[in-house]
Amino acid sequence: METLDHTGKSCPIPVIETKKVLEAAAPGTSVEVVVDNPTAVENLAKFAQQRGYGFTRGAQQPADFHVVLTKPDAPAAAPGPAAAAAAGRRPVKVVAVSAPTMGEGDDRLGATLLKGFLYALTEQDTWPDTVLFYNGGAYLTTAGSESIEDLRRLEDAGVEILTCGTCLNHYGLADSLQVGGVTNMYTIVETLMAADVVIKP
Amino acid sequence: MPTEPSAAASQLFCTGGGCTSKLGPRALARVLSKLPRPTDPDLLVGFDSADDAAVLRLTDDLALVHTLDFFPPVVEDPYTFGQIAATNALSDVWAMGGVPRTALNIVAFPEDGDLNLLGAILAGGAERVAAAGASLAGGHSITDDGIKYGLSVSGTVHPDRLWRNDTPLPGDALVLTKPLGVGIACAAHRMDAAPAGSFEAAVASMVELNLRAAALLHERDVHAVTDVTGFGLAGHLVEMLGSAYSATLDTLTLPLVPGVRRLAEEFYLTAAAQRNRTFAEDNGLVFAPGVPFGVQEVLFDAQTSGGLLAALPRAEADAYVAALAAERRAAGAPLPAAVIGVVTDRAPHTILVR
Repeated sequence: METLDHTGKSCPIPVIETKKVLEAAAPGTSVEVVVDNPTAVENLAKFAQQRGYGFTRGAQQPADFHVVLTKPDAPAAAPGPAAAAAAGRRPVKVVAVSAPTMGEGDDRLGATLLKGFLYALTEQDTWPDTVLFYNGGAYLTTAGSESIEDLRRLEDAGVEILTCGTCLNHYGLADSLQVGGVTNMYTIVETLMAADVVIKP
Repeated sequence: MPTEPSAAASQLFCTGGGCTSKLGPRALARVLSKLPRPTDPDLLVGFDSADDAAVLRLTDDLALVHTLDFFPPVVEDPYTFGQIAATNALSDVWAMGGVPRTALNIVAFPEDGDLNLLGAILAGGAERVAAAGASLAGGHSITDDGIKYGLSVSGTVHPDRLWRNDTPLPGDALVLTKPLGVGIACAAHRMDAAPAGSFEAAVASMVELNLRAAALLHERDVHAVTDVTGFGLAGHLVEMLGSAYSATLDTLTLPLVPGVRRLAEEFYLTAAAQRNRTFAEDNGLVFAPGVPFGVQEVLFDAQTSGGLLAALPRAEADAYVAALAAERRAAGAPLPAAVIGVVTDRAPHTILVR
């Protein structure tokens, strides 16, 4: 096993040099890294965790810390809708509400249509897994919305109701949320990417 | 005038400098807790609130703000390093709501070092002190193995118009006036890994005085102010919230130095950042699901000469950010500033990062 002596070097050098060696190495390769401070050990542990590398602590003396990082044998199989479908599960359905109205044209009509859409959603035989609300859609889950009751019914039945936090803040609605949870763009993207069907009213 | 660093200069410089050189907040707290507490009733701000500077009331309408800061080089160019160190040291006075009046140099320099380097560092520092409207009035130097430079700055403030760092109110918006990630950009630059423009943007941010950001803030109903430096955004926000309040941060609106999220994912991370993460997570910082690692790390990145972090009512915050942006655009130096979160009543978490 190769040993990388990084004593006397300050962060980020120990991690960056270790990363270079392991990225170029064959799967299954282990390297021993020697550093002289506990913060460098923490940084190496964080790196191993992020990359899915094995990490074991060896001798830990003051100013002489030994750790071993191991590159995994093969990357884990990528998750995704196609793989899930092949596994024979029912399709994941996500409703994305991006405006306080449905369709384009008269906004008062659009508001009536969206209210009707959310009510009709509760009357379906199968419900979506998640309903996302972003941009002007945030008005539907907050005080003053006429759809709160319908959305609570969905939530009680296990449908995930999520509203974009950035949008709530932007419209000054952060304290007015009436139903569901607050989410961020990372979860919105992940939810949309993992969906088999996305419905945009 | 920036000067080209020699090879010897590069060796003296670039050992990881700036505010990444600070002791971690946890270690510091342990040592400071053993020191005797000052008892002078005119000392309006001392150790207790971990604030940016000490403030001593001289009369009912005049108080002295004094502070010092110094560190090893954060960039190779000595003139630019001098500018950054001075901008950083001056900032603590503005963060208290004060006006810098005098500055004294603090210098550590190798006995056999090239004095042209020292001259360039001091010239850079003097330029920023003059731009701040303060007087550079002397200093002290010692010989040392490595270069260190900074200043002790004194200023004045009206005792009733002092900004504390730990008095936000629930419902306040949090504003940050400079981009995050200068520590990451500098670490990557030292290893020749920063994408084009990233390091330059970090330097532009580090040499911008917090003079105008503070002046425009004085026009607002502001509740708490600090500047973001060695403890990173998360660490300084933990101090602002204390045990009385919590906050939610919105990572989508964070102003960032270009390229730093990717660089953080590639682990151009300093030891200071890891200490800051440990401190913030021990003090109740939690991440909502899905916040990527590169975004997380930006919150812990030690900032050298960072921006002001202010808590003020939402409408005031929006007007302030718009005014600062307009002024910067007009000056041709469009650093990003933004509302980055909100102060809330005390919750199980101290900071929820979303």
